[in-house]
Amino acid sequence: MHEEKAIATLPGTSGGSALSWTLADGVIELALHRAPCNELGSESLEEFEKFVTALAMMEAEAHALIIYSEMKPGFCAGADLRELYQRSQAMEKAAAGKGVRDFLERIHRVLNLIDATPLTTIAAVHGVTFGGGLELALACDLIIADKMARFCFPELRLGLIPGFGGIPRLKRDVGNAVVRDLLLTGRSFNANKAQQIGLVSQVTGEGEALRAARATAAQLKKFDRATAAAAKRFIKPIPQEELRREIDLFCELFASPAVEAGLRKFVERTDAQPYLP
Amino acid sequence: MQTAEQTLDEILNLAAAHFNVAREKLSPDDDFFKTLGVDSLQTLDMLTKLENYFGVELPDYELQGVSDFRTLAGKIQARL
Repeated sequence: MHEEKAIATLPGTSGGSALSWTLADGVIELALHRAPCNELGSESLEEFEKFVTALAMMEAEAHALIIYSEMKPGFCAGADLRELYQRSQAMEKAAAGKGVRDFLERIHRVLNLIDATPLTTIAAVHGVTFGGGLELALACDLIIADKMARFCFPELRLGLIPGFGGIPRLKRDVGNAVVRDLLLTGRSFNANKAQQIGLVSQVTGEGEALRAARATAAQLKKFDRATAAAAKRFIKPIPQEELRREIDLFCELFASPAVEAGLRKFVERTDAQPYLP
Repeated sequence: MQTAEQTLDEILNLAAAHFNVAREKLSPDDDFFKTLGVDSLQTLDMLTKLENYFGVELPDYELQGVSDFRTLAGKIQARL
């Protein structure tokens, strides 16, 4: 009953095809549910923009935000590369480049707002957490991972770097040697490794990440919100300058012929390990 | 330290359990992509299970092109 009442008073509860959210007992839960694995394309971005608008209105009613996936394969497989390839094929090179910059500006705005919200944010991840999916998780304050979660920055295979704020945020959280390893090899790594390098705060059994995130959110409710928000602002600065430079570098690289070839190769691959460079 | 044969045997047991097939239907030199019909997501899941079980890290580029249990066991044995 309490949950129904809370949801009914929400400003703009979404039932979009890519994501939806609820607010109950001070916890906002953002569920990702775009098949096959929450690839981030134009439709998802529009819904994320609606969400962050609603988030600003819900912040006074909440203390925590949990982001999780309802899709079996994982949390999020990253950018929708098929859409990116098809759109870039349908446009002149200059128009495609402008479209990419516009997309990046918009998704950076979304992730910066999630990063900076005064709520304590938790990414509850399982399975594939690759590329833009990892970048979404990195915008959160805590990552709680199912032991079957797998992380990766595979962008170099496309002739690109992560473009949704991944490098500056990863650098904020872990050592530069780790950043170089993950970025320059493009290898995937499991939840235990992610915890070992300081990326993940808790590793759970299979299917238990969301439950652990909810338990953590319940703990957060005990703290004074203003104090928690002040502590967050103090310990989690947003690397604005590097984020700007990342967009510029991504756009510069996107103009290279290697990117079109890399995207085409990805779209056309049918083997069992298409995620590998 | 366990032998390569023990490692291979454990991988076959894990694969049989993970893909729900009878252990005796799996042979060391089977192409697991063909025998088990493994897709990319199942490959990732299996990689994670193997890493968790053996307590090793297996960079996925080392496994690129590996398609039989015996070679896979060799890669894992080299990390034990």
